[in-house]
Order: sequence, then C-alpha cells, then structure tokens
Amino acid sequence: MDDHSPLKRTPLHALHVSLGARMVPFAGYDMPVQYPAGVMKEHLHTRGAAGLFDVSHMGQIILRPKSGKIEDAALALEKLVPVDVLGLGENRQRYGLFTNDQGGILDDLMIANRGDHLFLVVNAACKDADFAHLQDHLGATCDLALLDDRALIALQGPRAECVLAELWADIATMRFMDVAEAALHDVPCIISRSGYTGEDGFEISIPAASAEDVTRRILEHPDVLPIGLGARDSLRLEAGLCLYGNDIDTGTTPVEAALEWAMQKARRAGGAREGGFPGAPIILGQFAEGAGRRRVGLKPDGKAPVRGGAMLYADAQGHTQAGVVTSGGFGPSVDHPVAMGYVAAPYIANGTQLFAEVRGKYLPVTVSSLPFITPTYKR
Amino acid sequence: MLKFTDEHEWLKIEGDVATVGITAHAAEQLGDLVFVELPEAGTSLDKGATAATVESVKAASDVYCPLDGEIIESNQAIVDDPSLVNSDPQGAGWFFKLKLADPSAANALLDEAAYKELIA
Repeated sequence: MDDHSPLKRTPLHALHVSLGARMVPFAGYDMPVQYPAGVMKEHLHTRGAAGLFDVSHMGQIILRPKSGKIEDAALALEKLVPVDVLGLGENRQRYGLFTNDQGGILDDLMIANRGDHLFLVVNAACKDADFAHLQDHLGATCDLALLDDRALIALQGPRAECVLAELWADIATMRFMDVAEAALHDVPCIISRSGYTGEDGFEISIPAASAEDVTRRILEHPDVLPIGLGARDSLRLEAGLCLYGNDIDTGTTPVEAALEWAMQKARRAGGAREGGFPGAPIILGQFAEGAGRRRVGLKPDGKAPVRGGAMLYADAQGHTQAGVVTSGGFGPSVDHPVAMGYVAAPYIANGTQLFAEVRGKYLPVTVSSLPFITPTYKR
Repeated sequence: MLKFTDEHEWLKIEGDVATVGITAHAAEQLGDLVFVELPEAGTSLDKGATAATVESVKAASDVYCPLDGEIIESNQAIVDDPSLVNSDPQGAGWFFKLKLADPSAANALLDEAAYKELIA
C-alpha cells in the first residue's frame, strides 16, 4: 500500500472521534485503537457485558449466480476454498480460507448462504486482492459486488443477545453461525450470530447512511461500551483465533495453522468433492502425514509478555531453534501473558517447555491448548 | 528540584540522587501497564541507555536513563503491581533511584513549565 495515500474512513469515523477514541492507521483506515476506558477495561467489559466494535473496514462481498441457482455459486467458490460451501444451508455461515497453489493462505473469511446469493466478509487489507481473485475465477459464473455502501459492526459478549432482543425479539432464536435479516430501529440489517472474540455475539451489516444512528442507539444501552482494535486483538488472541498477516499468511498452510476444522469432510480425502481447491495436493498430503510445524498456544511461565516475532528455542541457551511466536501479549481475562506461534513437529505436544528470546533473555514458555478462555458460542 | 525529559520521564533530584519515573502523560499514552522490568541496583548506565521496560496489553516500551549514573534502588512495588504506574505515576509509581555521575548535568533538562509546553 502507498504510505502516502490518505487514510480511508468508515461510516462510523465521526462517532469514534466524538467518543474520544484514539485513532490509528490500520489496513489503510483511520481506526479507533481504544476509547477513554482503555484496552484493559474494554476487554473485560466485552467478556462481562457487551462490547461494540466497528469492523466496517472489512470487505463485504456478494456473489450472485448468473444461473439463479445458489449451487452454481457454491461450487464455483469451492474452487478457491477448501470448504464445504455446497453443504452450507440457507441462512447459515461458516469460516473459510482462500488458498494458493502452494497451499498457503491468501486470506481468511466468513461465507454465508443468503438463499439466492453468497455473502462473504473478508479482511480489510486483503479485500481488493480477494475481489480481483474472485472476479478472475468466478466472473464467468457469478455477478460480484464489493459493497462500499454498508457498515459492519460487531456486538460481542454475554449481554449482546439481551441488548439486541430489545430491538428485535426473535434474535434469541438464532444459533451460532445463523444469518438473518431484520430491521433494527427501522433500518434493514443483515445479522449473523458470530464474531471474533470467543464470546457469543453478533455481526450486523447496516446501510452506511443509517449506520451511525443505529450504532449510537445501541451504545445508549447501559450494558454496551465501544471497543477498539487493541481489545479486539487481545480478545481474539485469548480465543485462539488467527490474525491474518500475523498468524496465517501465504507462507502457512491450513494444516500448519491447525485449521483442519475449517475443512469439512466433503473436501478432504475420500470426501464427495475431495480436493479441487488451490494447493489441494500439498494440503491433503499434510492432512494425511502431518506438517513439519504447527500453530500452538504458548503460555509464558513468568509475567513478561512474549510478543509476535520472538524466536523459540528448545533449550534455555538459545542453541536449538524450535519455532517463532506470531502473536502474543497480555490476556486480561486470564490475567496472564498469552501467545501463539509455530513450533517444529517434535515440540507440539501440550506441556512441552520451550524458551522465548525476549530482550536477550530466554524466558520459559509452555505449549498450551487453544483457546485460553472457554468460548460461549450458542450452538 | 523537579526536572523532565522529552522522553516523558520525571526526575526528583535531592543532592546527587535522582528519583526517576514516567510522567502522567506517558502513563496515559501507554495505557494499563501489565509488566515492568527494572534495572538492578549497582548497574551503571549512560544517558539514553535502556533502563527499564514497560508493557501494556498491546505493546512493550523502553524507559531510558535520563542522565549518566548508577542505579542505587529499584521500586519493587511497581514490579509486583504495574497498575501503580497508571494510578500514581509521579508518586508511588516511581521506577528507580539514580546516583548521578554529574549532578550539574540536570540543569540542562526541562523544567515543569517547559515540559508542559512540550506535551500541550
């Protein structure tokens, strides 16, 4: 990206500024990293009540089959993702990955079946490349649109359902990964019961012109606080979720990233539509035989946070390399530092002691299962 | 004598010993601290050398030695409870005591009015 190009603004930019947010550049957007409450309180409030996030910088893409048959869009998209899209029911959503011919990950995304079209949400930094990639491969079968007239907010936490139920009573009937259309304050919205914090919650796509009004009204609820990117990062890290560009990228495969769960049976070896996505021979090979390294949770034994980029060693002297930390920081809900990273196959077992190089010292860390918190998804 | 640096540290100088901490402005900018690493007593440091490290939820930051000197005491209380730095940055949240190699060098640092102008 051109560092000199002006930062883009989401439809909620003025709201963030009026709430006293500290704004930072993120993926080409001027985004709130924290509000006056601060990262710690914002994090804990999300897990204790409800936090509202502006994720409008992410890309919202519609894939509409030219034939009118949703199956045609699903099968076309399956050529780019190792995901069972055909088996995704109407108004259901699932997590997915765009892969490349080397088995690397181009982006991670959400895929929803909206009956007559597919609705995708992709990462902000990748959205233009993703859209071009989709047009190249799906342009013949689908009409594509990268929506620039909709905001996207997330309301996450144990009070999220109650807060939204005051606006739309039927919200309680939604299960994790359900998608529905409903009017909130008379504005037609697309709601999914999902998010990226490990908490029960919702993501809400709102027409841009009404986004600030709807968001302000939700923020008026005493249980809701606005949450910035700082707490979004610590929440997703505690939940063991990958940040694209840190924990997954074109140099990591879905198997190395421990994302096998995102590849349903139909696309695996012996499945009804085995392979047929970029990098399938490599990814299915690793599926059968394991990869040379794997993403694991890492719990520093001491109080010092271990950050992304720290090298991992098998010994306290830093002689034998074992891997690298990709995300790390302090987990406010577990009240302890937490991290994740890639370690070589001999070191992936939970309980394995490794050493992270931090400011010239080798700090003990223990390979730990992810997530660090217990997710509260309403399945 | 109270002095400040443009790296957002304060120094309370009594004789040839400076008690050093970070300013309220710095503490606010860093956000909630979760970890503090302090130099050991007996360590000699040059001006500008990394003396301490503080970590918030999001990031690690260095605290620099404001003048040449020797560490004579570190504040274990902020190691045990880093939030003291946020709640009382210019009191209980002090970092270390520095025996100054040249106390007159402190005259070149900012006074309170100049520091306030810097962060205005």
